[in-house]
Amino acid sequence: MALKEFLHGIEHHFEKGGKYERWYALYEAVDTIFYTPGKVTSTTAHVRDGVDLKRIMITVWLCVWPAMFFGMWNIGYQANNFLLSNPDALMGDGGLRTAFISALAGNDPGSIWDNMIYGAAYFVPVYAVTFIVGGFWEVLFATVRRHEVNEGFFVTSILFALICPPTIPLWQVALGITFGVVIGKEVFGGTGKNFLNPALSGRAFLYFAYPAQMSGDTVWTAIDGFSGATPLGEAAVAGLEVVQQSVSWTSAFLGTIQGSIGETSTLAILIGGGVLLMMKIASYRIVGGVMIGMIATSLLMNAIGSESNPMFAVPPHWHLVLGGFAFGMMFMATDPVSSAMTNTGKWTFGILVGLMTVLIRVVNPAFPEGIMLAILFGNLFAPLMDHFVVQANIKRRLARG
Amino acid sequence: MAEVTAKQVLFEPIFNNNPIALQILGICSALAVTSSLNVTLVMCASVIAVTAFSSMFVSVVRSQIPNSIRIIVQMTIIASLVIVVDQILKAFAYEISKQLSVFVGLIITNCIVMGRAEGFAMQNGPVLSFLDGVGNGLGYSIMLIVIAFFRELLGSGSLFGITLMPVVNDGGWYQPNGLMLLPPSAFFIIGLSIWGLRAWKGDQVEEADYKMSRHKTREAF
Repeated sequence: MALKEFLHGIEHHFEKGGKYERWYALYEAVDTIFYTPGKVTSTTAHVRDGVDLKRIMITVWLCVWPAMFFGMWNIGYQANNFLLSNPDALMGDGGLRTAFISALAGNDPGSIWDNMIYGAAYFVPVYAVTFIVGGFWEVLFATVRRHEVNEGFFVTSILFALICPPTIPLWQVALGITFGVVIGKEVFGGTGKNFLNPALSGRAFLYFAYPAQMSGDTVWTAIDGFSGATPLGEAAVAGLEVVQQSVSWTSAFLGTIQGSIGETSTLAILIGGGVLLMMKIASYRIVGGVMIGMIATSLLMNAIGSESNPMFAVPPHWHLVLGGFAFGMMFMATDPVSSAMTNTGKWTFGILVGLMTVLIRVVNPAFPEGIMLAILFGNLFAPLMDHFVVQANIKRRLARG
Repeated sequence: MAEVTAKQVLFEPIFNNNPIALQILGICSALAVTSSLNVTLVMCASVIAVTAFSSMFVSVVRSQIPNSIRIIVQMTIIASLVIVVDQILKAFAYEISKQLSVFVGLIITNCIVMGRAEGFAMQNGPVLSFLDGVGNGLGYSIMLIVIAFFRELLGSGSLFGITLMPVVNDGGWYQPNGLMLLPPSAFFIIGLSIWGLRAWKGDQVEEADYKMSRHKTREAF
């Protein structure tokens, strides 16, 4: 293998004392992308397992793909559908994107190709900016602090790109991922030491800093002149019956609705998430906890009922398919670093996240969606839960004598 | 306590022993009154005045104060001064006094004022105590001004109410950062300034609670 020999040949330049010592982090990143590291742990604590951090991260990355491709298709589908009835509507922001779309595809909502191209014109720039800007910070910190570039960034970048609305301005993407990587992760020491989910902290920053571009009626479809709330937003204002007139449960489950790029299709998310659960990368305890918390709280809300607030009447199976609940549950809450570590802690963490999601959705008048804030809230409590679980365990063992 | 000079008590708290950045005191008002520079400057002036004079008066009567009720006596002095400041603001700067609302009154509970009275003025003479109060007030002010500078500039595109970057809503180009108008943004700015300050003055860095041993590897095979 020529590449392997080449990489091996230049390795000594990057090691301690070599002339490019400063850039070791970059070398290491390239080397481990292509090959398994030729190093083994020499101290105690050996785990003999084929699954290492890198493989976990790459698997998560691949498991997000169904949601990503569906998201791209859906951007195009929503926009082309609107174009069909309003042929005069301008496509998106005009300029490069429009040129790209009209050069490669038409605007037929029935054509998979047309929809994918339309979606790619919006998603790929967002993802590229996320990757380049976030990667820049990652490498900068790795170089200065002499730690390795971590594959966790693959996951952070794709998750961050997928929870943005399709029309988000690219400079806001850059700002958001900067905040997520630097403030959400690197200031605490990098991957493994962050107590918040970096992708979500970046999005939360954007959500509070630029609410006009992150929420509302006009950001969800990549076309000018379109105005329409997400079904979740509509349910909060007008009630579920109004939503049901235009969106059936099945279409909400399949994902042909308004929403952030990757969050609309519960089906695609469950496919990816199911693989993660089977490979034991995502914890079934957390996912189960979130489901239990969500179902119990929404049933409770249904039982309480309210005359003025239509959200009280939304049943659990609608909570599941609306908004970012499924995406957050599968890919965000299960983040191994920022969620709880102990088994009991994971159940508690999940239930807290599910409970808070429904509470924020139903009771809080300011935010229609709750999963983002609920997970960040849960992240803050995760170390505390672990602490009490460990203490209880110690007490129990002491009592055993 | 070692001998301290007037210069030390006046200038040490500005960068070397900053009440906000190193002692992490007075954070509450740093969040509350920093959304515009005008308001912040008035708040800073009030805190400097209260800290300086309360330290001086406490120092004057320090040997008459019975030890068991010293906190009450200190609080009485501080509270009287705060009321004076509040009345002056209401008389001469009514608009700003309305914006500051309860936060002038809350100077009483500002940990810096209390801390200097108890920690410094009880052991030192009136002149030194006065300068110490001014110094700590200045240290507090400098942090507040930095925070307010960024919050007003990024949050509303202006400084001292004068528009520097015209915002989108008024037909300009700058998209204001809404987070900067919310009090929690001060946390981020305080955190980043502490980071900068400690990178500059390494002796302020706290010792690590624990140290992770390095991950050791050797070549396979």
